[in-house]
Order: sequence, then structure tokens, then C-alpha cells
Amino acid sequence: MDKVMNIRNGVILTFIITLLLPFIVQSQYVLHVVTMALIWAISVYGYNMNVGYVGSLSLAHVGFFAIGAYTLGLLTVKAGWNFWLAFMAALVLSAAIGFLVGLVSFRTKGHFFAIYTMCVGFIIYLIIDKWDSLTGGVRGLIGIPHPAPIGPLTFDTLTSQYYLVLFFLAVTILVAKRLLHSLLGRTFLAVNNSEELARAIGISTRKNQLLSFVISCFFAGLAGALYASFVRFIGPDIASIVLGFEMLMYLIIGGIGTLAGPLVGTLLMVWLTQSLQFLQDSRMVLFGPVLVLLVIFYPQGIVGGITNHWRKRRKRSDLKHSESKLPKQVPSHRVNARR
Amino acid sequence: MFLKVEQLTKRFGGLTANHNNDLEVHKGHIHAIIGPNGAGKTTFFNLISGFQPPTSGTITFKGTDITGMPPNKIAERGIARTFQTTHLFEKATVLDNVMIGNRLRTQSGFWDAIFRTRRERREEKESLNKAYKVLEFVGLPHLADEPIAGITQEQKKRVAFALALATEPELVLLDEPAAGVNSGETDGLAALIKKMTKRGLTVCLIEHKMAMIMSLADRITVLNQGERIAEGTPKEIQNHPAVIEAYLGGGQPESSRTETV
Repeated sequence: MDKVMNIRNGVILTFIITLLLPFIVQSQYVLHVVTMALIWAISVYGYNMNVGYVGSLSLAHVGFFAIGAYTLGLLTVKAGWNFWLAFMAALVLSAAIGFLVGLVSFRTKGHFFAIYTMCVGFIIYLIIDKWDSLTGGVRGLIGIPHPAPIGPLTFDTLTSQYYLVLFFLAVTILVAKRLLHSLLGRTFLAVNNSEELARAIGISTRKNQLLSFVISCFFAGLAGALYASFVRFIGPDIASIVLGFEMLMYLIIGGIGTLAGPLVGTLLMVWLTQSLQFLQDSRMVLFGPVLVLLVIFYPQGIVGGITNHWRKRRKRSDLKHSESKLPKQVPSHRVNARR
Repeated sequence: MFLKVEQLTKRFGGLTANHNNDLEVHKGHIHAIIGPNGAGKTTFFNLISGFQPPTSGTITFKGTDITGMPPNKIAERGIARTFQTTHLFEKATVLDNVMIGNRLRTQSGFWDAIFRTRRERREEKESLNKAYKVLEFVGLPHLADEPIAGITQEQKKRVAFALALATEPELVLLDEPAAGVNSGETDGLAALIKKMTKRGLTVCLIEHKMAMIMSLADRITVLNQGERIAEGTPKEIQNHPAVIEAYLGGGQPESSRTETV
């Protein structure tokens, strides 16, 4: 019980800190970096809802991030749409294209699925890069507007944009949490654990994989749209495989399939990347071995590793207790106690 | 007829794993399928449960043709199965394993999950209650919180039964339910299988432990090299010359009483 309270308090504390951050941090630069990190975190949460929950490793994720960004960019800059209308369109289009891609790609499995989706991601990159007349090609797309005001709320300042991103991240985490603890989430995990057994107990693996893929594309699109409106300039490099692998790295380091993993991994890695900037690209020499060690010793990342450690400790203390007590009774209704 | 299989054939390239096999299972019976290794028993189960499409032939369950349906649809219609190598969701606890078994009887989808609707909460509770009920049935309610990695082989077999039962099946296909457990535990599992039929279930099982089969089964089908060579009551099978030949390569009738394989 103590532990549960601690986790809860930890969440509340984190939430308060993030709410107060613009007042604590005076540097605009730091706030900018944190906002970017939160945008990445939204994308990584989406990634986790596919890779972590259902277990199909898609490498097209960054492509859907780019689709979200470019949809918003093109509709606002070239078509002159209302910002929030374009924003909605970006989300819908990301999910819709995700659905179509998923329909085809889930005909493959395992490594082939990863390779197939990597090709899809690369095709998306090529379309953005080569379709000069529409996307602006390598020159990119400039002048994407800030989010339009909603009633009295305006989003012209960095602080207000930070809160906007924070709001969407909070929604994303809530969805991730609700999903994980639902019957649908259990179904996803069952498919992840064993496709064969899941099918034997009447679960359509294809349907569930497709659903989780569409959900993940939706959040990739959300992150992309936020990115476009925050940075206000987008180029084909936001669809690059390198960025895709970076998101995957955040996820693996934070903890694949865990609830806090995407946030922890993203914040930590963005912070590390910033602090090691003087090393430039050779910081990968450092990240590489760390990643390998982590995958070997903590396959579930930092968050997974810590949870396992706690669980073991709790079990040990449980054992000590039970030596003096009778075996504990099985509680009859624990749905709520389990969350 | 409850389950009726007609002229079922499965070819893998040049290898015929099942050749024109017929099977009739009566409601409430325990029907055993035996045969030497490689006789095509597991393939036969895979065909019935939809894991592999048959090359030809039909499978009829309660009057509906289920040939070629995907496994999840077949499970929905009331056929559950267990696997030869005990197959469970290894990373989860016993309770979580069994709870998911009820999934095909629930409706809650994405929006129910996000808004935690009344339906979601109700179905969650139902799944939990049913999980406890089937765990009680197989005699493991005290292990609900154990991870699968922490329980014995025999307990895993029981959890696999519980998981199958949680799908509310009418027919249960058990692939070697007593493989890898000792004789005392085998008796316990046999008693559990008997208990299932008392609850109105029909059981079809593959097994190598002859003593168990002979005392448990109402009818036995014998496969050898993909073909049905005999079918009948345990007594008929014990004295069937073709069976004796398949198992012992042509022996004396009395040797059939020995524990083989």
C-alpha cells in the first residue's frame, strides 16, 4: 500500500512540477527544449500503444508523424484552412492512412512486418522529398501559423504553447493508461504474449493489431501537427528513418510496454542529447553501448527494471510476513484495488 | 451429431498428414484420439480448431459447417482447445491469463476503454468473477496472483484447462493434457476431465498414457500414418489387431495390455 501511495504522490508531484515549470525555469531556451521533448513524448506514447501493447514493431511511425505535420502545414499555408480544422484533418488523415497501410502490412508478420513498414516509412519520406510542387521538397514548408486562439486562450507565447502541448500529452497519457487497464488492453497484451493462444481463445489478432496500429498513427499525427505549429517550419527530414529510430530508442530506454516509459525515456534522452551536444554525432558512440547493455540487462527499460525490482522486494517482504501469518485470503472484488 | 468430421484430408506438399479421416463425437462423451508419434493427431486437432485449413473434407459442429473458419470464429462457436506444449501467457499472472479467456464473450471496445463506460466496468467484473469460478473448478483459486513462471507443470495444465473453460465452450479439445506430469497428478487431471463432462461439456483428447485413456474414454479413434485404423470402445480397441500392429509392429494380443509408448 505504501508503494502505491508513493507512486501516486510521485505522479502528483511530477504533474505539479510540469504545471509550474514555466515559472521555475526562466530560460526560454530550456522551455523550448522541454516543449519539444513533450511533443516527442506524445509520439513515443503512440508508438508504445502499438509496439509495447500489441507487439508489432512498425518502423513507419515517423512517417505518420510527418503526415500529421505536413497535413497541418499544407492545409494552413497553402489551402488557408482554419487552424483547428486543419489540426483535426491532420489527426483524421494520419489515422486513416494508418488504417489503409495497416490493412496491407498486417498480412506480414514479425521481421517482415518491420521491414515492410520501414519501406512504407521510406516511401512517405520520398513522397515528401520529391513531390516538390506540393510539399516544397527539400526547401520545406515555412510560415506555418501558431495555433489559433480558442476563445480567450491565445497561443502566441512560448509559455502558452508549452501548456497546449502539456494538455495534449496529459490526454495522451490518460488514453494510454485507460487503454492499458481495459479489457481491450488485456486483449492487446494477450496478442503480444502469444498470437496462437489468443486466437485459440477467440481473439481476432488481425483486428486488434490493426486497431492498435491506427491508434498509434493517430498519436503520431497529433505529435506531428503540434510539432509543425510549434516549430513553424517543416522539412522532409522529419520523416527520416533516423528520427524514427530515435523515437524507438526513447521507447526502449524508457521501457517498452510500460506506462511511464515513454515519458521517462524521452525526457532523459533529450536531456542527455542536449548535454552531450559538444560531442555532436559521436555521442552515438556513447548511446550505442548503453543501449546494448540496457537491452541485455533491462529489456523492459528503466521503468520496467525499476518495477521488477520493486516487485521482487515486495515479494521478499511478503514472504517474511507470511511466515508468521496464515496464507492470505483471496479478495473477492479487486478490480479497483488492482489499479 | 455434435461434431462430425467427414473425409478430412491435409497434405503438406507430398506428405499426407491426414487422409480421408472421419470422426463423430457425441455430446457429453470423452472421445480419445490415440496413435503413434507422427500419426497426424495434432494436425487433426489443428484442422478442427481452424489453425490449419484442410485440403479437403468437411467439419460440422452442431449442424453448422465450420470448415476453413479462422480459429477465433471457431472458438466463438464453442470449441476451445489446449496445446501440446503447455501454452499460456507466460508474462502474466494466473488470474490475468484466465480473465482474458472471457474476452470473446465481451463487447467493450476502444471507446469503452477510454471512457470507462458502464459496460466496460460490468464486463470487467464479469470476466473477473468468471475467472475465479473456473479457477475454483480446476482447483487453483489460491494461485490467482502467481505469475505463470512460478507454478508447477501440473498447475500449468490446470490453468490451461481453466483458460479454455473461460471461453464458455461446449467442446474442449485437449492435446496431451497429461504429458510431462507424474502418475498421481495424471489421476487428478483425469478426474478433472471427468468433472468437465459431468458439467455437460464434451471432451476430445489426444493422449499417450494408455491407462488413463482406457479408464476415461467413452470412445477411441486410432490414427496411424495419417489414417484412421480403428474406432470403438476402449475394450474393442485393446483387442483390435490393427492397433496392436501399429503400436507393436505385430505382437501378441496380451501384450496390448502393457503400457505402451
